[in-house]
Amino acid sequence: MRIFDPHIHMSSRTTDDYEAMHAAGVRALVEPAFWLGQPRTSVGSFTDYFDALVGWERFRAAQFGIAHHCTIALNPKEANDPRCVEVLDVLPRYLAKDGVVAVGEVGFDSMTVEEEKAFVRQLELAVEFELPAMVHTPHRDKEQGTRRTLELVEQSGLAPGMVVVDHLNEVTVDQVDEAGCWMGFSIYPDTKMDEHRMVAILQRRGLDRVLVNSAADWGRSDPLKTAKTGAAMLDAGFSEDDVDRVLWRNPVEFFGQSGRLMLPADGSGDETADASATFEGNSILRGSRD
Amino acid sequence: MTDVRPLVDDDDLLAALDERGREEWRSLSAQVTDDPGRLDRVFPAAARRTGRGPLDDGVLLEDAVRVGLVRSAAQGLSPDQLLDELRELYRYGDNDEKRAVLHALNGAPDEVDGTDVLLDALRTNDTRLVAAAMGPHSDHLDDDAWRQGVLKCLFTGVPVTAVTGLRARADGQLADMVGRYRREREAAGRDVPTDVQVVLDACAGRAQQQPQQQPQQQKDS
Repeated sequence: MRIFDPHIHMSSRTTDDYEAMHAAGVRALVEPAFWLGQPRTSVGSFTDYFDALVGWERFRAAQFGIAHHCTIALNPKEANDPRCVEVLDVLPRYLAKDGVVAVGEVGFDSMTVEEEKAFVRQLELAVEFELPAMVHTPHRDKEQGTRRTLELVEQSGLAPGMVVVDHLNEVTVDQVDEAGCWMGFSIYPDTKMDEHRMVAILQRRGLDRVLVNSAADWGRSDPLKTAKTGAAMLDAGFSEDDVDRVLWRNPVEFFGQSGRLMLPADGSGDETADASATFEGNSILRGSRD
Repeated sequence: MTDVRPLVDDDDLLAALDERGREEWRSLSAQVTDDPGRLDRVFPAAARRTGRGPLDDGVLLEDAVRVGLVRSAAQGLSPDQLLDELRELYRYGDNDEKRAVLHALNGAPDEVDGTDVLLDALRTNDTRLVAAAMGPHSDHLDDDAWRQGVLKCLFTGVPVTAVTGLRARADGQLADMVGRYRREREAAGRDVPTDVQVVLDACAGRAQQQPQQQPQQQKDS
């Protein structure tokens, strides 16, 4: 089973996690820029974080044979802090980089005017930099937040196929599906979705435009939930090819629209970058796969 | 105008690019020649627009392309202006871009002093940056920083072939540091990297050439 985790915050995870993920089949991932748990108080704190996403974390992942990509954005929670909003002016520098495969996480947390302003501005940046957008949906009042998200996406001019609306559940999936956006599901130990509910959604509406992620971070979460969802799919009668489509080909198709993916040369998922990545660059080829 | 040495010859660079890559390369190079200020926009996207991958001797095509762009832009920049541009590219670069900046410094004339950039690279644990920082531009490092750089190569597994001028600059103080590092490895029951002896031999070679040298004269800056 080859796995592309389209949403996982590796900066918060250990090298044990990287080893376990590789053993479970994870060969590529996307780390979205997000809140760190502790609120930031300055733009410099953001740029150091972004530098780590395109620098150290990419190098660290390569040591374990995993291709690391990221998304860059001002997250909705901190869009409410005027000390942080100026980071919007430095985003273009990062959005031009290889391996930056989307603008994100953008969206709503508390549905404020400030959040909407930052969200709209960053959808404009996605259009300008020809990047997909990764949209976080709020934990509270998710249905209304998702509805407003879809209105803003439509107004932005960004094609629905360039947008993934994330952290969906049984209540919010259909409106995103009807809008033509990609549907992201975060499989968690307690909250959000679990793998069996995920399988039920796949059985009901099929595999098109579905991304399954662990969204593992500094909270109670499990970086192997992608693999466990794959196992649950097989148990429910899905084929190996179905699992490959959801856990590898779908994220490759979505993020490949950026033209910035950095995947193993042969597309097998069997990256063995660790030896060469420690010196003289690495063996990961960049560019989208067909 | 400032002259920056290319990482590979122009002919070799063109030969390594496919037709689309060559077209892009000519276009990007012309853009930064006309307006060196465009470097900050052209530099990050250069690899995906032209090409990437290994060339001979461990050189990466994307590094050669980026150094080539710096070389084109430098034709319209004074050494100070070039240094400002390189610092800016490094500050906001991902690690591939940072490595290319270090290679550009390695080909820059002596009056371009990017010591601060090198010291930043040597503080990272990214071995590709550490290796590039110990290239020809490392002759700008003072002796203390240079010795720490060599030791860091041993410590992080960067082959000391990456260190420019090792034989010329290795001294008794470096030999002492490397000797202590070897003892620490041995005490822990761990393998001693073969490069440890390479460095010690280089130190001994220099000591033979300059047997009269006093310890207090070893610091030359």
